[in-house]
Amino acid sequence: MKIDLTDTTASKINKALVRGRRAIGTPAVGMVLTMVIVTDEENAYDAIKAAEEASREHPSRTLVVIRRVARTPRDRTNSRLDAEVRVGSDAGTGETVVLRTYGDVSDHADSVVLPLLLPDAPVVVWWPVDAPDTPVKDPLGALAQRRITDMYAVETPLQALDARAASYAPGDTDLAWTRLTPWRSMLAAALDQARTKVISATVESEAQNPSAELLARWLEARLQVKAERVVTAGPVVTAVRLGTDNGEIVIDRPEGPLATLTLPGQPSRTLALKVRSTSELIAEELRRLDADEMYAIALRGEATEETPRHV
Amino acid sequence: MTKGEALSDGNPQGAATAPQGSGDTAVEPGGLTPEALAEALGVPAADWDNPLRDPRDRRLPRIAGPSGLVIFGVTGDLSRKKLMPAVYDLANRGLLPPGFSLLGFARREWEDQDFAQVVHDSVREHARTEFREEVWQQLADGMRFIPGDFDDDAAFKQLRSSVDELDASRGTSGNYAFYLSVPPKFFPKVVQQLKKHGLADAPEGSWRRAVIEKPFGHDLASARELNRIVHDVFDPDQVFRIDHYLGKETVQNILALRFANQMYEPVWNRSYVDHVQITMAEDIGIGGRAGYYDGIGSARDVIQNHLLQLMALTAMEEPAAFDAESLLAEKLKVLKAVKLPENLGEHTVRGQYAASWQGGEKVRGYLQEDGIDPRSTTDTYAAVKLQVDNRRWAGVPFYLRTGKRLGRRVTEIAVVFQRAPHSPFDSTATAELGANAIVIRVQPDEGMTVRFGSKVPGTSMEIRDVTMDFAYGESFTESSPEAYERLILDVLLGDANLFPRHQEVEESWKILDPIEGYWDAHGTPAQYPSGGWGPKEADEMLARDGRSWRRP
Repeated sequence: MKIDLTDTTASKINKALVRGRRAIGTPAVGMVLTMVIVTDEENAYDAIKAAEEASREHPSRTLVVIRRVARTPRDRTNSRLDAEVRVGSDAGTGETVVLRTYGDVSDHADSVVLPLLLPDAPVVVWWPVDAPDTPVKDPLGALAQRRITDMYAVETPLQALDARAASYAPGDTDLAWTRLTPWRSMLAAALDQARTKVISATVESEAQNPSAELLARWLEARLQVKAERVVTAGPVVTAVRLGTDNGEIVIDRPEGPLATLTLPGQPSRTLALKVRSTSELIAEELRRLDADEMYAIALRGEATEETPRHV
Repeated sequence: MTKGEALSDGNPQGAATAPQGSGDTAVEPGGLTPEALAEALGVPAADWDNPLRDPRDRRLPRIAGPSGLVIFGVTGDLSRKKLMPAVYDLANRGLLPPGFSLLGFARREWEDQDFAQVVHDSVREHARTEFREEVWQQLADGMRFIPGDFDDDAAFKQLRSSVDELDASRGTSGNYAFYLSVPPKFFPKVVQQLKKHGLADAPEGSWRRAVIEKPFGHDLASARELNRIVHDVFDPDQVFRIDHYLGKETVQNILALRFANQMYEPVWNRSYVDHVQITMAEDIGIGGRAGYYDGIGSARDVIQNHLLQLMALTAMEEPAAFDAESLLAEKLKVLKAVKLPENLGEHTVRGQYAASWQGGEKVRGYLQEDGIDPRSTTDTYAAVKLQVDNRRWAGVPFYLRTGKRLGRRVTEIAVVFQRAPHSPFDSTATAELGANAIVIRVQPDEGMTVRFGSKVPGTSMEIRDVTMDFAYGESFTESSPEAYERLILDVLLGDANLFPRHQEVEESWKILDPIEGYWDAHGTPAQYPSGGWGPKEADEMLARDGRSWRRP
């Protein structure tokens, strides 16, 4: 069910949530986290949909903060909060509150969000677009254990990547990194099989792809080699080549979800490498809520302090 | 240090010195966390460390190393409904290695393509995750079919050459699991043939594993014989016995619940627990399984493995580490401490379902089923009372029951607590208050219920039972994996935590054999109407102890 509240406050929203739960007859809820989505009206629909799908794996309360742009000076002075409370079948497996802020309250959205967080449960903030330069310093970001940004949604991804590296704080993560998990696990599995030292690395991708850059930096950090970046027509990452003394390990995905894996001395074989939907990415993000150290390492592109395991 | 991760992060040295994840580092009680597991699997051999793997990299899933799965009896029901879909689901989740190969062995005149088509159909119909052509392509390339009988040497030669060919063409590196999805009477033949053709001997640096399904014998002697036959060919550590219940999230959660939390363990003993009820009820009859079922019965079919395993997990002490060896040690201790009631007639009950109406449907009784001897004394319902004779559980009865054609399909563990020793409220206030209980719902609707008393709103003091619910698994997370997925992956990874070992199987038979012996010598099974909750004798059995069965 859906409850619309106009010119409201956090405490009225809390009351509406309780009322909504009573009405559908499930006063006890087993939600495991609060997900705050900060977005604009344009991206709200897709983001909510993705969050609701992800909530099937991670039952959560979703708070969507939409900052409304005022078109007249009079609107700008007029501060107002509207809310749409969705519970039951309208909100995946959890609850969704869509908050629309007008005027001054837009700069103090954290004052609305704070009372609506689930007690004693982790908070995740996701900016599908327009992430702040320093997520951890953002008033909403500061409430969260986990801050999700997306370098795919910026004009100049590689600059954004450097900005993310500069402002990194434990708990930051980016969907450009999440997208790499299948690639990384396949590369690790391929190396399990090849069992040999890698002497060179190449990442092929479309131009200005932040995932490809992260992948290259990760390979550099882990393999202690220089990774070459090759621009192709895309889409996204198209191939990774790891040079060894016996020949090349290649995962090649020219297009579509089907990739080819080639190992030295073995015939090539196909493997599935699908480009995943946003909801799958979010679901993966929510699986672990502690700091992603490997992301930090890839982001900085620096060699890790050497663990003795592969000296 | 409370978290396993803190340990492995702060101590990379320690992590590095245990390349095989032998379980003697890194895995404190907190080693329940996935990274301890990840560590055990990521590293295929002692002298090679994959620089792309790191215990801190928790996104990288537990991918099995290069390997293949050989299924004997691949045309069977289990294989089509569970195994092949589970293999596909694993591939779809990216958990199978590139080059994973699936070999089917059965008495059919099939080519590889025909086999692929059969797998395709069963995946289409039964897989949990959506069908994706590219995943299918990846799998289909590595499918082989070997037609033949189990005593057909030519077929096993062909299997041998297929295995060698796949090692060369797909890089399976000689790692194979042989899944014996065949009736137990064929086990000796199959394992002998595997031995004869050198398929059970792992080349240097690789492994060969055997996977077997219940029944693990029908009494202690036959179980020992079976173990002897299998262990003659495969190392006991490389034999994986599937008890699919142990692959369920909720069952794994019993350990997390008990040993990762502080609030349950203090009351998890004879001072607070009144008794424990473990129930596995099915609403179906024996269906077409008459040949298998008659003469075996529900106690051998369910209590010997599933229920005694659930009981062991519920009752065991905290293992020193979350690895197969420590778990086995603790489970064995519990099973060895089990004491049977002195009067088996009073504290065990068996029954057979009779014709009746079940859930709006008229159903036949057991004795009227096709292929069943009308004078059969096979039990379709069994309830037993067991004691665990140790300091923690002395005097606390464990009631185990299972049956077919009961009210509904449900499996649960109910830990029922004693009543409060003293109540300041007068007796009318607590008239409706029952005993507190923690119920672990294994299936369906996986989760946990806590039952306790609460004041009814109003001016008078009235206390009534309420429940607090935690639900997950199939009702909550659509992506909760099937038990077989987890178990097949564990076999490929060599992680034996969730598999009963032969010692447990033998101990379980030691518990059940005297009961079966008593039943053989005394009386006949009680008849109970289908669709209810079992024979009235079972209710009387609990009533004698001043207790009653929960309605699950």
